[in-house]
Amino acid sequence: MTEATAPTTPRADGEGVSLAALPLWGRFAAIIVAGVLLSLVWDGATRWPEAWTLPLAQWITDFINWLKSEATVFGVEFKAITRGIGTALEMPVDWAEYLLYRGFKKVGLDLGPLPWIAVAAGVTIFAHWVGGWRLALLCGLSMLYLATFNVWKDAMRTMTIVVVAVPMAAFIGIALGIWVTRSKTAARIISPMFDLMQATPHMAYLAPVAALFAFGPVTALIATVVFAMPPMARCTILGLQTVSSDVVEAGQMSGCTKRQLLWKVALPSSKRTLMLGLNQVVMQTLAMVVIASIAGATGLGHKLLYSLQQLRLGVAIEQGIAISLIAIVLDRLTQAYAYKETDHFASEKTWAQRHKHMLLFLVILVGSYVLAEFHRWASIPPSKFVWGAGDAKVVLFDAKLLARHMDQAIRDFNVVAFDYINPIRDWVTLWILIPVRNFFLWLPWPVFFGVVSLAAWRLGGKSVMLLCMALMASFIVTGFWVETMKTTYLVLIAAALCVLIGVPLGIWAARSERAAKIIMPICDTLQTFPSFIYLIPAIMLFRIGDFANIFAIIPYATVPAIRYTYLGLKRIPAVTVEAGIANGATRMQRLFKVELPVALPEIMLGLNQTIMMALAMTAITALIGSTDLGQEVVRSISTQDFGRGILAGFFIAALGIIADRLIGSWAAERKRQLGVA
Amino acid sequence: MKNLLKGVAVAALMLAPGAAMAEVESDEPIIIVQNNWTSQLVLSYVVGKVLEDMGYTVEYAPSDSQLQFQAMADNDMDFQVEAWEGSMKSAFEKAVENGMVDVGTHSAETREEWWIPNYVLETCPEATNWEGLNACAEQFSTAETKPNGRFVGPPADWGKNYADRVKSLEMDFEAINVGQAATLWAELQSAYDRKEPIVLFNWTPNFIESKFEGTFVDFPKPEPACFDDASWGPNPNATGDCGAPHSGWLKKAASPRFEEEWPGAYAVIEKVDFSNAQIAAAALMVDVDGMEPEEAAEAWMEKNADVVASWTE
Repeated sequence: MTEATAPTTPRADGEGVSLAALPLWGRFAAIIVAGVLLSLVWDGATRWPEAWTLPLAQWITDFINWLKSEATVFGVEFKAITRGIGTALEMPVDWAEYLLYRGFKKVGLDLGPLPWIAVAAGVTIFAHWVGGWRLALLCGLSMLYLATFNVWKDAMRTMTIVVVAVPMAAFIGIALGIWVTRSKTAARIISPMFDLMQATPHMAYLAPVAALFAFGPVTALIATVVFAMPPMARCTILGLQTVSSDVVEAGQMSGCTKRQLLWKVALPSSKRTLMLGLNQVVMQTLAMVVIASIAGATGLGHKLLYSLQQLRLGVAIEQGIAISLIAIVLDRLTQAYAYKETDHFASEKTWAQRHKHMLLFLVILVGSYVLAEFHRWASIPPSKFVWGAGDAKVVLFDAKLLARHMDQAIRDFNVVAFDYINPIRDWVTLWILIPVRNFFLWLPWPVFFGVVSLAAWRLGGKSVMLLCMALMASFIVTGFWVETMKTTYLVLIAAALCVLIGVPLGIWAARSERAAKIIMPICDTLQTFPSFIYLIPAIMLFRIGDFANIFAIIPYATVPAIRYTYLGLKRIPAVTVEAGIANGATRMQRLFKVELPVALPEIMLGLNQTIMMALAMTAITALIGSTDLGQEVVRSISTQDFGRGILAGFFIAALGIIADRLIGSWAAERKRQLGVA
Repeated sequence: MKNLLKGVAVAALMLAPGAAMAEVESDEPIIIVQNNWTSQLVLSYVVGKVLEDMGYTVEYAPSDSQLQFQAMADNDMDFQVEAWEGSMKSAFEKAVENGMVDVGTHSAETREEWWIPNYVLETCPEATNWEGLNACAEQFSTAETKPNGRFVGPPADWGKNYADRVKSLEMDFEAINVGQAATLWAELQSAYDRKEPIVLFNWTPNFIESKFEGTFVDFPKPEPACFDDASWGPNPNATGDCGAPHSGWLKKAASPRFEEEWPGAYAVIEKVDFSNAQIAAAALMVDVDGMEPEEAAEAWMEKNADVVASWTE
């Protein structure tokens, strides 16, 4: 799987770099001293004076409440419009529900939902068609997991959102993408919005959407589509812009109109990039599964939150694995479809030969419906697999029992490990976390503002500096300084730990094929596994506090650090490595003197992604208990204080964008110097 | 296969308005709110099944426990069987102002208070009372709160400020807010397995009673004077030096359209009434016996057929 967000790397401004010659440390020192001195004589430098605070949060809340209750557009109530959209969207959701798990009784058809055998066989057969036996095996086994672990019906409920959200997001994404490539104005407005949308944590989408639309599956659907759409638009833009000019010219020479050129030439020839976009849409949609259930989606996410609430960790893990498997299956299927070779001998085959997969599926479909007429287990898989009847009954497999064993194992581990782990937790909390947090809370804002601005100017030039200044000013003047600093502190420590863990693992994977074979699938799983599940063991082992928060962030945010290190090292040109060998460098020398320096820009982009993911996770670890921006985002959902929630989400995104610009500018410049851009 | 063909044929004929099932006023589905704790899930299935048996169409929609009330006021959802005074009072009252209907109070009484597992009494025998608990505050301390004890409080948005109460009663405790209820239970489970002293926020009726043994800590009984008159209570210089009410209400709520749209069903939900024992029994079937909430609802209805019958008379 590729990363969710392709880092944007603005080019470094030449002017900024030439200033490297000046004594930079002197400038930084001057800013720090001036800021600290200012804070001694003026309290407002430590905490922005309340009297000057811009009540933006309140304005936004008031505005949304006005939209909901009073606003009209051309005489039609605004609320009626959003309701109308909601009702229109209910229709495809309803039909997906009939097909996947409800059956068609409601529309007067005596026909059950697709029997699980048909769905499982359909996915497996499709997998064989696009990717051969290995993919078919993976998909078949995954389907079997869904059937045996008592999650089938909920998996189908989750799929109803997926099957509606993915085409919608893809369609809107392609349309916006085309529009951006055709209109400069659109590009200027929409591109920065995509940056913002991708840096905003998933959780922050819920409050505003729930505010405007009816609560329920439709809200979940809309939040999912908004979150999953930007990668599709980006890939469309990329795909259309990189169509080779030969192809376009060939189209023009054969007399294509502008429309034909787009639909018959440009779009088909960028199929692979578009499929990559679709793949990302699917992955983002599944990343939203659990969060969307907070806003009213049924299915695996809802059940998973319920299991956690009941402390049934084993069941939650089984449900989490189900989500991961669905994600992995859909990911592999879309990727395989993107790379599927066209069958050039198709015309020599009979109709039946060309459509053998389809025919097989139809036979199974009809067969399974007939079977489902007589046996309930053929329609929806049983919760227990039992052999025989009466006293001679033998339970072959019971997912609930397995889950209970897992619960017990986790509790036993906790009892044994707690006494060893707790002193470490206390030490780290007292001597590292609390001092660092206090430092960030003490930090006068002019110091932070000045240092980051200077760094931005030095790394990326004037435009990057101005952007960073505007973003920082936004959270200072609206009174979110304390929450933002708490988030900054948490994310910086978490990111540092992720790098300490991830980079060595990435190096190891790059050096040993065997290690890569183990580490990379673990990365895939970690990234799709619902991060909510980490929260409970984190609390049990470490109790409420920042240590637990950081622990819960790490599994998710370490993945990009591993992946980018691995890719960075793998992409080093063979000549560079050979030059090292020819110069008689040992393995260690080669790693530290040649490979790591060359791969460093790539590794830094990994750090960038790590920071983004850690930021997104702060909204989820807020459920452990915190007082940072993430908590504001979560709390706004229930307090209906939309303004605070939206702003907190925006500031999390702002921190991400600042980090992205600083690191991105540095990496671009470094790549240019190394000549690997 | 035969049914399939028949189904297709029927579909062709039946694009006309859906067939009426029984004599009900409207085929529009009644949307019942579901939250993420056991008793609420089981009870909402019980009510849903009763209405379905009468011929109504019922759908269930999961919802956040605070957002649900506004959604009901907006007619997006129709019925909530468990609204708690302690954690939902302000959202409930605000929604009633916006049109949501208060359908009455259950017999069940609720209580929310500081709570300790029983093994705590071995090392701190007087802990059932706030002064006794305060005397061994240090047993409850963690690295961050030392020498004060740690009180694991409810999510900050549940509208309770225990830090204020600690201050008013001059207790040697620090109140820490969790982010969600599951965090409370994870803390409790971890401490319980290790028999470590812990004092946390808890309420009744809930599933915790069937899994963990413990008691509420008694605080001075609240009176209006506690909040207006500083001289009232143990601390003569502070207001708010008292506990939470020993019996809070548990209400039902409905959307404004409910009574008009489904008058027959409305008559039923007005009569629906659960007691503490009935709620605990419903939760027990799921939390201890491992049933699914829907199965538990059916089992509960079988056992309490007379209760159910009294609603639909």
